[in-house]
Amino acid sequence: MASPAPKSPEQSEKSRKYDRQLRLWNDHGQALLESAHICLINANALGTEIMKSLVLPGIGAFTIIDGHKVKDEDIGSNFFLDSDSLGKSRAQVTTQLLLEMNSDVRGDFIDEGPEQILNNSPDFFNNFSLVIACAMPEKSLVVLSRKLWELDIPLIACRTIGFVGHIRVQVKEHTVVETHPDNEKSDLRLDKPFEALKKHFDAIDLESMDLKDHSHTPYVIILYKYLEKWRSTYGGDMPKTYAEKEEFRQMLRAGIRKDEENVPLSEENFEEAIKAVNTCLSPTIVPSGVKEILNDNNCVNLNSKSTSFWIIAKAIRDFVENEGDGLLPQKGSLPDMVADTEKFVSLQQVYHKQAGLDVEAVWRRTLQLLRQLGKPSDSIPEKDVKLYCRHASELCVQRGTCIADEYDPKLLNVNEIVESLENPESFMVHYVMLRGVDKFIDEYNTYPGEFDDHVEPDIVKLKACISKLLGEWGCGPVVKDDYVHEFCRYGGAELHSVSATVGGLAAQEAVKFITHQYKPVNNTFIFDAVSCTGNTFFL
Amino acid sequence: MDEENLHRKLSSLRKILERSGPFCRPDFEPSPESLKFLMQNCKILVVGAGGLGCECLKNLALMGFRQMEVIDMDVIDLSNLNRQFLFRHKDIGKSKAVTAAKFINDRIPGCNVTPHFCRIQDKEPEFYKQFHIILCGLDSIIARRWINSMLTSLLVYNDDQLDVSSVIPLIDGGTEGFKGNLRVILPGLTPCIECSLDLYPPQITYPLCTIANTPRLPEHCIEYVKVVQWPRENPFDCCIDGDDPQHITWIYEKSNDRALHFGIRGLTYRLVQGVIKNIIPAVASTNAIIASMCCTEVFKVATSCSASLNNYMVFSNTDGIYTFSYEAEKNENCLSCSHSIKEVPLKSLDVKLKEFIDILKYDNAFQLKNPSITAKISGKNKTLYVENIASLEEQTRQNLSKSLFELGISNQTDLIVADSTAPSTFTFKVKVSD
Ligand SMILES: [Zn+2]
Repeated sequence: MASPAPKSPEQSEKSRKYDRQLRLWNDHGQALLESAHICLINANALGTEIMKSLVLPGIGAFTIIDGHKVKDEDIGSNFFLDSDSLGKSRAQVTTQLLLEMNSDVRGDFIDEGPEQILNNSPDFFNNFSLVIACAMPEKSLVVLSRKLWELDIPLIACRTIGFVGHIRVQVKEHTVVETHPDNEKSDLRLDKPFEALKKHFDAIDLESMDLKDHSHTPYVIILYKYLEKWRSTYGGDMPKTYAEKEEFRQMLRAGIRKDEENVPLSEENFEEAIKAVNTCLSPTIVPSGVKEILNDNNCVNLNSKSTSFWIIAKAIRDFVENEGDGLLPQKGSLPDMVADTEKFVSLQQVYHKQAGLDVEAVWRRTLQLLRQLGKPSDSIPEKDVKLYCRHASELCVQRGTCIADEYDPKLLNVNEIVESLENPESFMVHYVMLRGVDKFIDEYNTYPGEFDDHVEPDIVKLKACISKLLGEWGCGPVVKDDYVHEFCRYGGAELHSVSATVGGLAAQEAVKFITHQYKPVNNTFIFDAVSCTGNTFFL
Repeated sequence: MDEENLHRKLSSLRKILERSGPFCRPDFEPSPESLKFLMQNCKILVVGAGGLGCECLKNLALMGFRQMEVIDMDVIDLSNLNRQFLFRHKDIGKSKAVTAAKFINDRIPGCNVTPHFCRIQDKEPEFYKQFHIILCGLDSIIARRWINSMLTSLLVYNDDQLDVSSVIPLIDGGTEGFKGNLRVILPGLTPCIECSLDLYPPQITYPLCTIANTPRLPEHCIEYVKVVQWPRENPFDCCIDGDDPQHITWIYEKSNDRALHFGIRGLTYRLVQGVIKNIIPAVASTNAIIASMCCTEVFKVATSCSASLNNYMVFSNTDGIYTFSYEAEKNENCLSCSHSIKEVPLKSLDVKLKEFIDILKYDNAFQLKNPSITAKISGKNKTLYVENIASLEEQTRQNLSKSLFELGISNQTDLIVADSTAPSTFTFKVKVSD
């Protein structure tokens, strides 16, 4: 053996405990999670279910704000209350019982409503990584959302009523490097091989190979070789149309070696090449979404407040315009394919080496930008640049809207509402109902249908609230009475299992915001537990 | 407990169950009886007390269910604590079922969860028969198939008519990372697990020639150490135990040597563990989402207060929030839930027994794991092949190379097949086409 195996890494208790999730967001995602401080407003069943899915994976700390005293109704639907907690502070009991689940997490509470805090200590929210607000009345939610919009702190507002759930995320700008797409595209550069790759390809001669080598050559090389053949007949372009691709596949089929009786032998690598024609012969370009990011004002015009996402984006932009020759940095990975070890590994090496060189170039440009911005050169570590280059074709920037704007008919995205309502299957109708319920609560200080003997009269009142709302928005009477009846039947009921679903969903969005991995929902999600599905809207 | 307190505690459930609504199922009758039924009579079995099971017990308890049983053969491991929220560090090594049941019973007064610390296969049909609904939260496909077949075997047919009272609804959930799925099954009436086996992708396996001769991935190196080097060198005089850090370390070092030798990059300790233990990534939120959806469906089935999911839902949380439901179709020739005789189409009776067994194992329609076959020939049972008992395997091995014709099998012969995916045997007939 050339070099002795390194000693096995001793696994810490923590990495063993979190093993199953580290496989999803890795150690650097976990580190972000562990340094996050989350604020929860209102520890109802939904609120504690969200916190459960954040405490278990080990967020750093949380603070619960809740001025309510525990009622029987709370105990009946909230797992983080017990029979002894009747009459006690809901913030206190839920904080205690949530903390029991994970000793790595710190938690505290404030036994006051958010309204008092917003009034009395306006700076209170400044240092949270993220705020989650559950079942918050319209007026204070509007104030809170303005405040957090100003502070540039993400806010997730959510609630459930009966079989319906609502999640609204508010974030000015959210950037993601690791989006973890389901089908990662490889970066093979068959149309534009870099020098080392071209040299590697050119050194290979399929014709002179013996059968064993021929059938163990990676399909990437086969595709390149036949592409050269294609070009020598048809000129510069790759096969584009269906007919051309079919002809190209015929060429590949004809290339399979035959036995003495002229029967084609089984060469799996050629079969793979034929299958790969569709996916691998598209031109190498900067994807349009990434192009947009590189042309974004935040990228082009860096300033002292620019985040490392935008600084590296600018470095990549400069790279594309210079040494990249119009292309993003090489990803440096190769999907598995039929090949012998030597041929596979040496090809992989070529891509990997180029990726290293590209990272170096982007890293140099990053340092240069940091110098120009007057930032310390260690403010962006090289490993971040490496990760960024690896995922440069999958970058994502999301820009949201302020929740408060939804409550201003001039700023609300009425188009989205009207268009969605035209589809009878759309859950937009639930959103309209929820907004009607908001109005109802604002006016009458109870949920419609909260009391058994008020269901019928509340139906009339809720209908009036909805009409008023639609009038303000300039929409026609588009909501069927059935929905008004249904929401009055709910009477503001919080069904535990529905809150648990929405709680899990909201917690996952929080994890995405904190780890900057995976794409969050943008920006409204309505869940319908009757059909067990949901819709996303942009409001 | 004070009646009035209890009344208030249940106020949300009462609104849903005691009021009528325009979207209720037509057969729903609002009344206090529904909630009384949930609390006093409705018996639910939760299969699995892991990530989904813990969540399900909590959800059901807070949706009004009181009579629950939970079955799980596993004990608590450190790596469970990031999502199985009823367990604490001090519980490591204890039974999941017992610990989870105790936690729920302590937290929610009046809740009566009975644990079973054993394998699902240890229980008789009589055990499964007593439940109104079964909720399955397992990560093993074989166990899932076994429960499914147990429930189809409990179906009663009178003159080919299904006796609907013998149907025990099965709600099945599964998760992997940020993805999950959920299905509602009325055995005998709607598609069952076996009806659509293709929904469960087969486990990734690496051909021996690749891992031995042309390794390219770190996984190939790990597999080689597992299937070739470990049995050859037998370093600890026992089988591989994925939970023994010494074992994993040995495999890590050997596969690292191999990876270095071949110039293969990307081998990590975490990857070695993942491959050896076949680890599925898991996170609290996805479990919470799928388990709660399952419980909403249990609540709907138990009370008729709303239509049920019809009948399959897939979920993914990697790019926004994605949900999609559709109606999976019943397979009229389903191995498990169809009432017809299962036929295995063959070209001729010259097919060797080994080839016949391979069809049962690898054909998408069957996917059996270790079928043992007995033929009924002129009234007598003749054992043709038994795979999982060594002495019988040796006695019957010679039959593998014989053709079905040589073994005396015709289109008429009943072939009785036992397999670990089902609690009872299947009866097959071969069907020679021509
Ligand atoms: Zn079936």
